[in-house]
Amino acid sequence: MTTTPQGNEKHAVPGYVRDHGTHPPLDYPGYGSTALRHPKRPLQLLPHLLTEVTGPLLGEGPIGELDHDLTRQHAGEPQGQRIIVHGRVRESDGRPVPHTLIEVWQANAGGRYRHTGDNWPCPLDPNFTGVGRTITDAEGRYRFVTVRPGAYPWKNHDNAWRPAHIHFSLFGRAFTQRLVTQMYFPGDPLFFQDPMWNSIPDEKARERLLCRFDYENTQPEWALAYEWDIVLRGRESTPFESEVDDD
Amino acid sequence: MNDTTPETTPSQTVGPYLHIGLHWPNGPFVVAEDHPGGIWIRGTLTDGAGQPVPDGLIETWQADPNGRFDHSDDPRGAASYPGFRAFGRCDTDERGEFGILTLRPGAVPGPGDTVQAPHIDVSVFARGMLHRTVTRVYFPENTEANAADPVLSGITDPRARSTLIAEPATDGYRFDIRLQGENETVFFDI
Repeated sequence: MTTTPQGNEKHAVPGYVRDHGTHPPLDYPGYGSTALRHPKRPLQLLPHLLTEVTGPLLGEGPIGELDHDLTRQHAGEPQGQRIIVHGRVRESDGRPVPHTLIEVWQANAGGRYRHTGDNWPCPLDPNFTGVGRTITDAEGRYRFVTVRPGAYPWKNHDNAWRPAHIHFSLFGRAFTQRLVTQMYFPGDPLFFQDPMWNSIPDEKARERLLCRFDYENTQPEWALAYEWDIVLRGRESTPFESEVDDD
Repeated sequence: MNDTTPETTPSQTVGPYLHIGLHWPNGPFVVAEDHPGGIWIRGTLTDGAGQPVPDGLIETWQADPNGRFDHSDDPRGAASYPGFRAFGRCDTDERGEFGILTLRPGAVPGPGDTVQAPHIDVSVFARGMLHRTVTRVYFPENTEANAADPVLSGITDPRARSTLIAEPATDGYRFDIRLQGENETVFFDI
C-alpha cells in the first residue's frame, strides 16, 4: 500500500530501506582492482526524492521468444550440463516485483566468456553466447534455461580462480532498487579464495547469493533445476521527511 | 505478503565482461537522433591514477522536460513524453568515454516547498567496483536553481559541488566522472 501524501508534504514520497550492511565495501584490498576505483571522499547522503523513487519500467520492452533460453540461440546445442535457473524477485517488504527486466551473462561450460578480453586457453563454444534476458511474471517469477558455467582463472592473486557464477542485472521499480550481482552454486570449493564472495562482510548475506538445487523442478532426462530468489530494497514504512532541511 | 521479512541480495561487480551482458545498441539514445532539442552528455570515466576505465557502464535516469516521470509512484501521477525513454545506458569504450543523447530535464519538486534544479541521476558500474556508485548531473546555466537545490546545496565544499555541474560543449555538455583522486566526483549514499 502506498502512503498518501499529506498537507504541505504534497511531494513527500516513501523512501527505500538503506541496506548498507548487505553489500560489499567499495574499497576491498583482497580485490586488487578496487584500489584505484573506489571513491575516497565519504559518500553524500541522498534523500529519496522523486528521481530516486521512480525508475525505468522496462517490462514492456522487446524480448525475443528465446531470449531466456541460452541453449537455443544457435544452430546446435551448447556443450555442458543443461540447467534451469528460476526463482522470484521480491522487495524486502515481501512484495513481488512483477514485469521487471532481468539480464544475465555468463561463461560457457569450460569457463570462457565470448568476449574479446577473455583469451585464456579454453575453447569458445560455437553454440553458446552466454547472454540472456527475461521479464518477471505477475508474481515476480523468472526462468532461464542455460548450461552450468565453468570456473575460470584470473590474475588477482596467485592461482586465482572464480567460482562458477552467472551475472544478474535487475531494475525493480525505482532507481534506488537497481542491482547487479552474481549467482553462485552450492558447495563450490573455490569460495575460500574468491575476493568477490568474501568481500560481502556478513556470511549470511553471502549465502543469499547461492542458488538451491531443486530436485522437484528438475526435468527427467532433460535438465537439472536450481532455484534462486532475489530480494531488492523495499520501501520504508513511513514517508520520507525533509531530512535535507537541516543546517 | 509473507510473514517473514526477506533480506536483500548483496551486490557484486559487473566484472570485466559486462560488455557482452549489458551492451544495448540503442542504450545511449534516450531520444532518437533526429529528436528536436536533443543534447549529448559526454564524458570520460577515469580512475585514481587518471587512467580511463574501459570496462565501465553509465546509466542515467531523469525527469522529462516538464519535470515529470512516467511512473505511478510520482504523487503527481504518471506522465509520458512522446519519444522520450527517460533512461540511458552506455558502456565505456577503450578510451573510457561514454555519451548519452537526451533532453534537458525540467525542475522537479523537492521536500516541502523546495524545488530541485534540473538534474539527471547517474549510476556508475565497472570492473573493480563491488557496488555501483551514484552521482548527479546538474546544468551550468541554472545558476539560481542550482543554488537553491536541496541536494546540491547540501554539499558544503564548493570545489566538490562543482564536480556535479556539467560543462557546456558544442553538441550538449561534458560530464567527466573521476572515481578517485584530485577532483574526485561527488558520489551519493543512496
